[in-house]
Amino acid sequence: MSSFIAATGAEFTKTFTTRMWWVLAVVAFGYVALMAGGLAAIFGFTSSQSELPEGMSPIPGGGEPSALIYSFASSIGYVFPVLLGALAVTNEFRHRTLTPTFLATPRRGLVLGGKLVALFVMGGVFGVVGVLGSVGLGAPILAAFDLETELGASDTWAMIGRILLAMALWGVVGVALGTMVPSQVGSIVIILAFTQFVEPTLRAVTMLADWAADVGKFLPGAASDALVGASFFSVVGGGGEALEWWQGGLVLLAYAVVFAVIGYLTSWKRDIT
Amino acid sequence: MPTGVPIEFQAVTKRFGQVNAVTDLSFAVEPGRVTGFLGPNGAGKTTTLRMLLGLVAPTSGSATIGGVPYRTLERPLATVGAALEAASFHPGRSARDHLRVHAQAARIPAGRVGAVLETVGLAAYADRRVGGYSLGMRQRLGLAHALLGDPGVLVLDEPINGLDPEGIKWIRTFLRALAAEGRTVLVSSHLLSEVQQTVDEVVIIAKGRLVHRGTLADLETGSATKVVVDSPDREALAAALQASGLPFDHGRNGLVVSADDTAQVGHIAFAAGVEVSALFRQRAASGLEDSFLALVGEEGSL
Repeated sequence: MSSFIAATGAEFTKTFTTRMWWVLAVVAFGYVALMAGGLAAIFGFTSSQSELPEGMSPIPGGGEPSALIYSFASSIGYVFPVLLGALAVTNEFRHRTLTPTFLATPRRGLVLGGKLVALFVMGGVFGVVGVLGSVGLGAPILAAFDLETELGASDTWAMIGRILLAMALWGVVGVALGTMVPSQVGSIVIILAFTQFVEPTLRAVTMLADWAADVGKFLPGAASDALVGASFFSVVGGGGEALEWWQGGLVLLAYAVVFAVIGYLTSWKRDIT
Repeated sequence: MPTGVPIEFQAVTKRFGQVNAVTDLSFAVEPGRVTGFLGPNGAGKTTTLRMLLGLVAPTSGSATIGGVPYRTLERPLATVGAALEAASFHPGRSARDHLRVHAQAARIPAGRVGAVLETVGLAAYADRRVGGYSLGMRQRLGLAHALLGDPGVLVLDEPINGLDPEGIKWIRTFLRALAAEGRTVLVSSHLLSEVQQTVDEVVIIAKGRLVHRGTLADLETGSATKVVVDSPDREALAAALQASGLPFDHGRNGLVVSADDTAQVGHIAFAAGVEVSALFRQRAASGLEDSFLALVGEEGSL
């Protein structure tokens, strides 16, 4: 147990002793803040132009605009903990640092376990960064247009808690994916292509038919949105029942476990030459 | 003071696909002396060391440190210190942070980091990112990593590569001092001349097989001792040696005869009536090098 704690601590030190984590955090903050602030401004502008009937939501699918805006922390920010997690593994392969790592901790399962735990926490940290961006910019802009910020509502804070959990799980998915695809370029290309193009396309397409929607809700991004409880897709496309929030969390965790087991068996246990 | 324990290889074999990297290799390395692990590039030295350290799984056989496989050591870095290659660093991390990470993972007090940086002479550069380090500085950082746990056993792969002359002198003295303290020191090299002033014993492998083990003196008095003989009439001398049946080669300073005894060669020339202009046993250094090359084979040195 003490060697597991030591290995996990070393993974935190690894993360904080290169510049990658804060560079990614700064970009994540900027990206999420820009998108959340922009959307809040659009809502504010349109609602001030058109007179909505009393009690009607300004967004097509119903629900509060604040939830949609705040959830940008995870619904668009999730790519950052995935990248950080994947880099934590692929850097070790690329710079051949698995040699000293496995010399210090010869039981390799402990190293992988330590990385998963450390990047779970780092994912949570990125969740905080994302929420600072989405709420930090979204809420004042909503308030400026006299829209409800919902910051007093316990539902909002419960959702923020689920955002942190989702981001933490994405960090774990990143580590697991990096173990499965140890090539750094390979895993970065896969992450960017999948999160920015393949999955959005699949989610849009699977909304067209009921049977496809039943499959589409198990896509990782859809599971993550289900966990958080707000989704940009449910607004633009409607269609299909999302998973329960806890089911979404379990689906995301299942992706991480499957990837990590495959990665452990294929790359992690291999000879380090 | 940590005491050394023996390193043992027992019938270790490693196959990569169809290639036999190491075949049925058995030898022991004793504490209190410096053992040279020699062989040409590609002979299987690094693979052998990586099997000892649990990084490469042997196809068969076992490698142990004090009877225990590396992977089951209770305190690995405090038992064995290893420096395997000069490139195992994240270029964006400082030397101090690199050592801090691994000290933490191996539960070694953080105070050791500064101490080993001091020992290897990197203290002044410790907070620079490793990406800007020279090969010699990387070698020193690798050595610092090996020393982190103050281990009784040191395993160093080509530690002299890339060091400047001052660094080479320093590491030789340092390795001797570590062995004198009773530690086990195993140093690999593809050049005998690089380590012959440092090592007490040598283990030589070629093409993954053990070809020699023993002291340097053993190596010197091996069958490869040569006598150099020259004559104003080299052809007549060559004919006389041919007739005597002793194998010989044409060298720069004369004919290089595979024989132990200058008298025997002199007698052959005298009996054939050939004038001799030079007759001597080859110098020890080149004799060692020749013995080494003879053992590892010409085509082995890639």
